[in-house]
This record gives sequence, C-alpha cells and structure tokens, in this order.
Amino acid sequence: MFLKLDKSLNALCLMLMLFVCITSSLAQAELVAVPPLSALVTDLTGTLNQTEIAQLDAKLKAYETEKGSQIAVLIVPTTQPEDIAQYSIRVTDAWKIGRAKQDDGVLILVAKDDRKMRIEVGRGLEGAIPDLYAKRIINEELQPRFKQGDFYGGLNAATSKVTSLINGEQLAAPDKPNTKNSNGNNNSFAIFIVSTLFLSMFLTAIFGRFFGAAATGGVSGFVASLMAGASLGLFWGAGAFMMALIIPWLFGGGGGRPGGGYYGGGGFGSGSSGGSSWGGGGGGDFGGGGASGDW
Amino acid sequence: MQNIYKKLLPFMLLLSLSGCGYNAFQSLDEEAKGAWSEVLNQYQRRADLVPNLVETVKGYAAHEQEVLTDVANARSRVGSMQITPELLNDPEAFAKFQAAQGQLTGSLSRLMAVAENYPNLKADQGFRDLQAQLEGTENRVTVARNRYIETVKEYNVSVRSFPNNLTAMALGYKTKPSFTVENEKAISSAPKVEFGDKKGN
Repeated sequence: MFLKLDKSLNALCLMLMLFVCITSSLAQAELVAVPPLSALVTDLTGTLNQTEIAQLDAKLKAYETEKGSQIAVLIVPTTQPEDIAQYSIRVTDAWKIGRAKQDDGVLILVAKDDRKMRIEVGRGLEGAIPDLYAKRIINEELQPRFKQGDFYGGLNAATSKVTSLINGEQLAAPDKPNTKNSNGNNNSFAIFIVSTLFLSMFLTAIFGRFFGAAATGGVSGFVASLMAGASLGLFWGAGAFMMALIIPWLFGGGGGRPGGGYYGGGGFGSGSSGGSSWGGGGGGDFGGGGASGDW
Repeated sequence: MQNIYKKLLPFMLLLSLSGCGYNAFQSLDEEAKGAWSEVLNQYQRRADLVPNLVETVKGYAAHEQEVLTDVANARSRVGSMQITPELLNDPEAFAKFQAAQGQLTGSLSRLMAVAENYPNLKADQGFRDLQAQLEGTENRVTVARNRYIETVKEYNVSVRSFPNNLTAMALGYKTKPSFTVENEKAISSAPKVEFGDKKGN
C-alpha cells in the first residue's frame, strides 16, 4: 500500500517537475531574442532597402573611426512582451557598443509594429545627451518622419543629431587600428607561454619527457635571458622545465607522446559574418539613460 | 580526456580549499555594495526632481491639493531616511526603505495621472522636460535595481553553498536582502508617463 502510494507520488512529482520545466522554458522562449551584432545598422523588418542600410552603416562606421563612439541602429518588429526600455537594455548589455572605459555607445531602437522607439544612451554620454535631448530627438526628428513612413530620413536625421551632440563632449581620441591589439607586456608574456608550450610538446616528443623538458627549459631560459636579462631568464627556464614536465603528464599520461591535434582553433579576429573588418562592440556600459517615444 | 580530470582533481580541491569562499565573499560583497550605491544614486536623482515637478504642477493645478501633499510627504519621508551601508545587512531597514521608495513611486504616478487632465500643463515645455527626466530616471532605477538583484543573487548563492557556507557562518557573512517581486511590479507599472504630444503634432 505504502509502496504503491510512494510510487504514484513519485510519478506525480516527476510529472509536475516536467511540467514546470516545460512551462518555464516556454516562458523564456517568449522574450524576443537579441540579434547578433554584425554591423552598426541591423534591420530585421526589411524596412530599409540595401542602399539605405549601407549608407547609414557607412556613415556610422565613419563616425566611429573618426571619434571612437559607436552608434548602432536596430529595427525589430516588436519587443513584446517586454517594454521597449527593458528590451533595449538587454540589447545593449549583449552588444556592449561604445568603448570600454568611455562607455560612449548609443543605440537607436525601433519596434516597428509596436510603433515605439527608444534612444539608449551609454553612461559616458549621459552628459552629452541628457534624457531631455534624447526625448527631443525622438519628438522632433524621429516621430514626424516615422509618421510619414520615412524611416530612413528619421534615422538619418536622428543619427546626425546624436553625432553633433557627442561632438560637443570631450572624449578620448579613437584608437588607431594598428595599436589596438598590442597590449605590450601582457601580450608578449602570453605569446611566450604558448610558444614554450609548443616547444615542450615538440622536444618531449623527440627526447622523452625528462630530457625534453630539460631542453625546453634550457632553450626558453636562454631566449628569455637574451630578451630580459639573466636572472629572469634563469627563472623562466626553471618555470618552463616544470611546465614541460607537467603538461604532457596532464594531457597524455603516456611517455613522451605529443598530445596531437594542437592546431590553433580559430583566429583571434572577430570573424564577423559579413566578411567586413568591423570589430564589433567595444565593451561600453549602459545604465538605462535615454528616452522612449512612439509615433 | 577523463584522465585529465582525474589528475586535475587534487589541484582543484586544493584551490577550492585554499579559497574557502573568503575571497569570493570579498569581491561579491563589494560588487553588491557598488550596485547598491547605484540604486541609491538613481533614487536620489528622482527625489531631486520632485520639488521642481511639484512646483510646476502647482502652477496649473493648485487645487489638486491631495495628490500634491501626498507627493511632498512621500518625498520628505524618503529624504529623512537614514541611509547607511548597514542597511544592506538589515532586512528590516531594507524593507522600510523599499516601502518608502514605493510610496513615492505610487504618489508620483498619481501626480502624473492627474496631470493628464490639464492640457495647459501638458503643453508646458518645462513640464514636458521634467516628464522626460522623470521617465528616464525611473528607467534608470529599474535598471539599477535589476543589476542589484543580480549581484545579490550571486552573493547569496555563494554564501549559502557548500563549503562557503561554513566560512560565511564562521565569519558572520549573511545573505543580503533583495527587492521583492510585488514591489517590482508596482515600480515597473507605476509611472505611466504618457507622451504629451501624441495627438498634438
């Protein structure tokens, strides 16, 4: 009797859990997904034609290289069930437009079927574009043009207004493209570790674990001492020796077998879908500043 | 591949033991404090808007005494609150704080609803500016609160999971209070700030 009850209870519990899991996953699926950031202008509704998108994108990209600030435009059909402000903060949290410490990103979001728009302003630009100004851009540039169905004209005018407001703010100069990836010491250190790793794989495969490790230590210690002085070289050589001893043990367990399959996976570039060289969001932070409106 | 895990296990154990969660508490505690000051910051910003807003509305709708005094009272209650960092570790004080801010939210939303009945007020540029600012600030409050909730969740999970809970018990780290859901609803639906020029333009 008890056993039976227990079993049926168990089954009930399981079903309940399943039910809860399914409903919660359904509930999550209801939110509008944030599209990937592959260009500064994203139109999911087909409102703008190709040339308009290209023109607007080129304009915003040019502004980014000139000033460093990132202005993105996103047109979605709807943000329901979320409020447009909730959706837009989710987008900016995911996209992180604007530079990391400057937080100088702006998102112009249009929910076409909801007939709502929002200008989301990054933390660093809340002084240059207070909520008031964002509201005015919505009321004076976007709203009247959107009412006439002129989406490109509205977005074009609004982005111009936004750039002229940002121009009034003293921001750091944009990064030069070729200095972007050289972080000095940190990076060379990482390169050193990786090359030591490869060296150890190679040498332990030839000389066996112990002698291979010793050779790795010797070679990388020598190179390090050439680059950064004898004491550091000694230190590095010892470290490389230890590393070479431990790494193969961790991965293979067998004698001096190379781990195999050490092809670098994927480049370090952004690998954006359009094949363009644009670097994506810069790590800007948003705090909910800006304004919403409708038409 | 499984071999790696087996061999890594002692290292992992060593690492987790050496941590005991103490360092995690420190950084998460600081993060929660940071998120909390952002919440306070935005609430303060809202409180600073209120006197101007009340003055502007008074200019057009002076006889709406009840709503106006409501807002003023709620504002002064919020202003008189003693806000200390300890508030975070005291659920009771936290609840009081939340209630006071909720009251201000409610009375402000009533004020904005009343303003809807006065076309001249709605057309006033100063009022519209304040409206935009209030709307932006309420949104910032929501964002700051959500971020606080996220950080506190992380902190609380860390404090309550094994073996960190032993460290937490020994050193007196308690879970932090967070904003409740009913209040969340009230806040997100309250300031129904309509856009004044919907039909005008």
